[in-house]
Amino acid sequence: MRQAIISLASGTLFGAGLAISGMMDPKRVRGFLDILGDWDPTLAFVMGGAVAVMAATWLVQNRMAKPAFADSFNLPGTRMIDHKLITGASLFGIGWGLAGLCPGPAFGALIVEPMSAGIFVVSMVMGMGIHRATKL
Amino acid sequence: MPLEGLIGGLLIGLAAALLLLGSGRIAGISGIAARALTLSKSGLSLPSAWMFLAGLLLGALGIHSLVAPIQSNFPPSTALLVAGGAIVGFGTRMGSGCTSGHGVCGMSRLSPRSMIATLTFIASGMVTVALANMLGWGW
Repeated sequence: MRQAIISLASGTLFGAGLAISGMMDPKRVRGFLDILGDWDPTLAFVMGGAVAVMAATWLVQNRMAKPAFADSFNLPGTRMIDHKLITGASLFGIGWGLAGLCPGPAFGALIVEPMSAGIFVVSMVMGMGIHRATKL
Repeated sequence: MPLEGLIGGLLIGLAAALLLLGSGRIAGISGIAARALTLSKSGLSLPSAWMFLAGLLLGALGIHSLVAPIQSNFPPSTALLVAGGAIVGFGTRMGSGCTSGHGVCGMSRLSPRSMIATLTFIASGMVTVALANMLGWGW
C-alpha cells in the first residue's frame, strides 16, 4: 500500500514536471534534436535540472541501508556495454527523432491530444510486445 | 523556455528521488510501462506501475487545468506516429531504458552503460531529424 502511494506521488510529480518543462510538446523535443535547424535548447535544461537533483540523491542513497518504505534497493546492475544497448538506444533515437516523443511525454500528452498520443502509445506498446516476442 | 525547462527538470528529479529513496526503484518510464502491461517481470509491483502511470497523467492534468494549458504540437502524419511509436517501444526495451531511466537516473549515477546509451540515442535522434528534414519528412 505504501509502495502504491509512493508510486502515485512520484508519477504525479513526474507528470507535473514534464508538463511545466514543455517536453509534452513533440515539436519542442524535435527542436532540441534539430541542431542544423532552429535549435531549441530547452531539453538540455530539463535534463540538467533532473540530473542535478538525482546526482545529490545518489549520494544520499549511498548512505542508506534500505529505502524508506521497502526492504531493499532493487537497482539495475552496471552490466557490460553490449550490442543490445547500442542497437536499442540507436533505434530509440530514430523513433524519438521521427515523432518527437519518448515514453513519458507520450503518456502525459494523452490528456491534451488523446487521439495522436493514443496512436503513438498503442504503437509503442506493440513495439515492446514485438521485442518481447523476438527475445532480442 | 530555459526557465520552465529547468523548473520542470527539478520536479522530474524530485519524482525520481522519491521513487528511489522511498521504494528503492529506478523511475524509468519505458520499464514502468512494460511492467504495467506485464511485458516485463522486473521493477515495480504491478499495482505500483499502474499507480505511477496514473499519477503521471494526473500531474499533467493538474498543471494543464490549474497552472497553464499544455502546448502540444504533434506530427501531422499518422505514419510518423505509428512508426515512431513502434520503434521507440522496441528500442527502449532492447536498450533497457529511455530518457528517464538512462538519461536522468543512470547518467546521474555515473553508470557507463547509461552514459553511452544517452549519448547514442541523442546522436541517433539528431541524425534522424537531419535526415528527415532532407527527405522532406520534417514537420
